[in-house]
Amino acid sequence: MSDISSANPAVSSAPLGGPVTMARALNEGLRQAMEDDPKVVIMGEDVGRLGGVFRITDGLQKDFGEDRVIDTPLAESAIIGTAVGLALRGYRPVCEIQFDGFVFPGFDQIVSQVAKIHNRAAGLVRMPITIRIPFGGGIGAIEHHSESPETYFAHTPGLRVVSCSSPSDAYWMIQEAIASDDPVVFFEPKRQYHAAKLPIEPAGTPLDQARVVRPGRDVTVVAYGPTVATALTAAETLKVDGVEAEVIDLRSMSPLDMPTLLDSVRRTGRMVIVHEAPQSFGIGSEIAARVTEQAFYSLEAPVLRVTGFDTPYPPSRLEHDWLPNLDRLLDAVDRIMEF
Amino acid sequence: MTEHVRAVHPEPNMVQLLTPEGQRVEHPDYPLDITDDEIAALYRDLVLVRRIDSEAIALQRQGELGLWASLLGQEAAQIGSGRALKRHDMAFPTYREHGVAWCRDVDALTLLGLYRGTNLGGWDPLANNFNLYTIVIGAQTLHATGYAMGVVRDGAVGTGDPERDTAVLAFFGDGASSQGDVNEAFVWAGAGNLPIVFFCQNNQWAISEPVERQSRVPLFQRAAGFGFPGVRVDGNDVLACLAVTRKHLDNARNAQGPSLIEAFTYRMNPHTTNDDPRRYRALSEAETWKLKDPIERVRAYLTREARVEPEFFAAVEAESLEMAEYVRAGCRAIPDPTPESVFDNVYVDLPDELREQREEFASFVKSVSA
Ligand SMILES: Cc1ncc(C[n+]2csc(CCOP(=O)(O)OP(=O)(O)O)c2C)c(N)n1
Repeated sequence: MSDISSANPAVSSAPLGGPVTMARALNEGLRQAMEDDPKVVIMGEDVGRLGGVFRITDGLQKDFGEDRVIDTPLAESAIIGTAVGLALRGYRPVCEIQFDGFVFPGFDQIVSQVAKIHNRAAGLVRMPITIRIPFGGGIGAIEHHSESPETYFAHTPGLRVVSCSSPSDAYWMIQEAIASDDPVVFFEPKRQYHAAKLPIEPAGTPLDQARVVRPGRDVTVVAYGPTVATALTAAETLKVDGVEAEVIDLRSMSPLDMPTLLDSVRRTGRMVIVHEAPQSFGIGSEIAARVTEQAFYSLEAPVLRVTGFDTPYPPSRLEHDWLPNLDRLLDAVDRIMEF
Repeated sequence: MTEHVRAVHPEPNMVQLLTPEGQRVEHPDYPLDITDDEIAALYRDLVLVRRIDSEAIALQRQGELGLWASLLGQEAAQIGSGRALKRHDMAFPTYREHGVAWCRDVDALTLLGLYRGTNLGGWDPLANNFNLYTIVIGAQTLHATGYAMGVVRDGAVGTGDPERDTAVLAFFGDGASSQGDVNEAFVWAGAGNLPIVFFCQNNQWAISEPVERQSRVPLFQRAAGFGFPGVRVDGNDVLACLAVTRKHLDNARNAQGPSLIEAFTYRMNPHTTNDDPRRYRALSEAETWKLKDPIERVRAYLTREARVEPEFFAAVEAESLEMAEYVRAGCRAIPDPTPESVFDNVYVDLPDELREQREEFASFVKSVSA
């Protein structure tokens, strides 16, 4: 099984004072990474003067200069492609893709170049590139602004694919991603950017470890990014009915932290995976397959997936029905408990 | 905010046929034969599309639309180019070409669904020869190029038959000009001598990035490297936009190949209703551009030179009020789609597995709403 202890030792430095939003935590994490390593450069559309359309890079150009926080021409292929060249030259580029649906002009550079160069070069070069992508729906946006394209990247060997779900993780994980010598596709749940102010914990969890964010004995609910909040709410609701759900924040979609998942499902015997991306061939499918292979005799019921449907992301007036909302998750847990 | 001192490209000889003060001027390469009645009709177009735009902004503020991308300041570029099209020509817009939509007889309400969140566009691009709005910047320039390839294959260029010869007009922004797709479209159009006009509205800003971020040379000059003519036109001058687009569309129809038109204009409003331009540009910029307003100069011409009666302006104003009411009421009346409709048109024939998903979804939605 994967050796998760060796990669990405948690970066340690003084966390922030009071509770902050995820947007602020990311901003501070980026700031810290830039202070720690002069080779870190941020590049993207509107990241400089505007501070990004979500203000995640707010103030960084002012403090670190136009050389380190670069408002690029509008071309995603070039944002990623030039990051490769910068990495060859010893830099650690942090690329911002403005919205999930706009990563695809850069897709070729990510999957054919960024992901493979370390391998092509027989390990002689590294691609310490971080690609930040705000993802997920529920914000009433127009087309291409609410998608969850993580599977495309998780399906590509050579990329680490992660997502944060809390301000503290956001703060620590972005620094770990930047410090990683592998390329990291870093998914930020945009709906959570300003959802809540929470304290930053004194240290982070290694980038490729999942975390039990709520222990429980009856059913394992696996979530990441925006669906962690849904899963926690569901667990509260289920408690009233006497069902103790264990909620796991996956954090890393590739590689998967199977020990944590298996340990949980061996205790609960039931697993529901919830993500916004369409169902077929998704992260949930991979987890279900592996759990079936590796913990078959512990299962009391088939692994269930609660996900977006196998359609394009719908017009915003329908997104709340389409998304894996609380009702759909509770329904799945009911079904798995009754199985 | 701090005043941002911008190095603006020196203004080259930009084609202008109507000064900001409303004076008709001539340009040797772009003569325009136009009557005062026709100019009055353009004035009406400009006023009505500005009205549609301002109503849409109001509807967004009231929560009736999720978002709106305003055309304020760009009316002349859009009406001038849009009115240069013939019925059988094809236009490929971005997401901001509400004025071009108007020229293609696309009902204003048709544009609202996408911004209201009730559909993703949903109109037939071939019904009015007006393609769907395309949000991924630059992508449509390749679609336009392919359409032009089809036109050539169909023998619909250079026949001399005005009812047959067809041109394609592809819109994009100054920011989009940096995308690979746009540059590939230029390569293909040039290499294939295709009947296409690339119409770039340089409104000076791509969200927060000034055009100097995208290019070291004025955008129209890029065309030379791809082997076709490029021209900069005063994008706030509807007559110049009409004359220049008309001529280059004619060239395209006559098998003389592609061109690039850069309409030099200004995005007077925020990028969209979500944007806050105070964070990145000086208000004084918009003040300067206000003096070059695309509608005021036509009104000044019509009043002073053409001696159009006040009744005409009153009639246009009345029509504009009616349009506002039509847009307001019509927008509110757009129904929400049914949840199951998310499965419509994913495929031509719904696969069985999706049919099952739809049925489960429908019964689930019913069970929770019951
Ligand atoms: C491929 C892609 N990347 C990013 C975006 C996000 N985005 C939407 S509009 C825009 C700026 C476009 O500027 P410009 O082309 O000048 O057109 P304008 O909006 O000013 O009309 C950006 C970056 C997008 N729509 N598509």
